[in-house]
Parts: sequence; C-alpha cells; structure tokens
Amino acid sequence: MSLQGKVALVTGASRGIGQAIALELARMGAIVVGTATSDSGAEAISAYMKEAGATGAGKRLNVTEEGACDAIVADIEKEFGAIAILVNNAGITRDNLLMRMKDEEWDAIMDTNLKPVYKLSKAVMRNMMKARWGRIINIASVVGATGNAGQTNYSAAKAALFGFTKSLAKEIGSRGVTVNAVAPGFIDTDMTRGLPDEQKAHLIANIALGRLGDAQDIADAVGFLASDKAAYITGNTIHVNGGMFMN
Amino acid sequence: MENIEQRVKKIVAEQLGVPETDVKIDSSFVNDLGADSLDTVELVMALEEEFECEIPDEDAEKITTVQQAVDYVNAHLNK
Repeated sequence: MSLQGKVALVTGASRGIGQAIALELARMGAIVVGTATSDSGAEAISAYMKEAGATGAGKRLNVTEEGACDAIVADIEKEFGAIAILVNNAGITRDNLLMRMKDEEWDAIMDTNLKPVYKLSKAVMRNMMKARWGRIINIASVVGATGNAGQTNYSAAKAALFGFTKSLAKEIGSRGVTVNAVAPGFIDTDMTRGLPDEQKAHLIANIALGRLGDAQDIADAVGFLASDKAAYITGNTIHVNGGMFMN
Repeated sequence: MENIEQRVKKIVAEQLGVPETDVKIDSSFVNDLGADSLDTVELVMALEEEFECEIPDEDAEKITTVQQAVDYVNAHLNK
C-alpha cells in the first residue's frame, strides 16, 4: 500500500485522529502537510513528522479565515507539488441543547467543520482531475448517522459530509478521483476525554467491542482508502466504531 | 507557429477524445462532440494552460463552441 511521493494534506493534524492519519500516510510514503490553527501547533506537527523520519511539514491554517484554504493549497503545491490526497479532518464541537444553542455555536460548527470541506476539495480538484488520480477523504462521525442529544450542530455538519461525499464522488469518479468518508465512533482523544466518566461508561456499554477506539484505528481506514487497494471504492463511508452503530 | 484556431481545435480533439477532423469551427462541445459538463470544465482548464491565461467562471460558461473558444482567445490574448 505505497503512496510513495504523493502529496497529502491533512487538516487538524496537531493531535488526536489527525496526527495519527498524518503519520500513517507518511509511513506509507506520502509527503504529508498537516495543518493546525496556531503557529505552535504547526511547529508541533513539523516536529513529530521529523521525529518519525517523515517528509513533510506542519503549516498554520485557520479554515475560517477568508481565502485561507485557497492560499494554503497554492502554497503547498508550489512547495511540494500537486496534492493527490486530501483528508478533511479538522473539526470542533460546540455542544448545547438546541433550546440553548447560540447562533455563534451553530455558525462556528458550520464554518469550521463543513465549509472548509467544500473550499479545500474545490481547491485540490483541478490537479487531481488532471492527474487522473486523487483521494478526498472526509472525516465524519458516527453521530452524523445516529444523532446525539446536545449535538444538533455537530451532527448536522457531519451528516452533511455524507451527502457531499456522495455527490462529489459522482461528479469526479470518471476522472479517477475517489471521495469517501470515514466515520469514527468514540475514539480516545482530547475531544472525548472531556466527557464525564458516567457518560463514558454508558457509551462503552453500547459498543460491541467494549472499548473506545484508538486514533490509529481511524488512520488505518484512511490509509486504506488513500491506497490503490481502495481504487474501486467511492462515495462511501467506512464506519469505524467498534460496533456501536451498524450501518 | 500554428494559428489559434488550429491550436484550439487540437486541444478540443485531445480533451474530448475525438478525431481532429470532426472538430469544426462551429462544433458545439456538448451537442456535436459529446462532451458532458465536466468535460467542458476540463476543456477550459486545458485552454487556460495552452494560452497561459485564466478564464473566469462567468466567461467559461459562455464558451460552448469551438468558435466561441477561438473568439475568446483572440479577444483576450492579442492585446
């Protein structure tokens, strides 16, 4: 499963799932650019890439900044060459009951979790189409499929990714570009570490495999979709959730 | 140096996978040459590269025939 010399862009790569994905793609031979919202985050990415002996870099990207998505794609393509693999991973949560939800909380999720998927996919498509090879992999979430009280905004944005994935897959399938999603269940990251123990215990009781997932479990699915072994899979979602939701 | 019409026709033939002899000056990409909407997007990308220019989306949408492509290139390049 070699990605030798292919340029990959992974958003939100400073920690958690994004970091595991960036390292996995690097292990498979890709030149990986990981993004973080801060300069220190970008430096941390460069540091772990270097430590892993990987080729690539960390770069600062605030996806909500006007023009930032187009600019970073242009920047990466100038420095490393055309992007062949895009992993839309950057995401945040702003949980609240809908009755209490603020417009800012709703908008923050749409602006960070959904709009950049459109912006970045559009920006990388041209070169993927020209190369007749490309991979766009969107990191969704199990809650996009199941729903979750307190996450109307987050689950709406994640569910939107499924529709986006399918439509774009139909648009550019004929050009050798596949578009897929990976929907993580409850993965042991900073995002889920904040949950109360009681809630965690309840969650685990509903996972067939009886444990939270590991970021590497997600990275493995992404690595597979990025590889030539997954060339005939497009418009689909791989659910990696230990059996807490079965599609 | 080939003239602009010849260069445009060559690109159209390459992009749409049709023989160059089928590409006439009044050929419509979609109606005569079997292009779909994505083909026309790629065709504009190829024209941009050949003539080293950027064709804005509003203009790109109006280029549906060989003649229109030739006219566009003539109007925007020989300034």
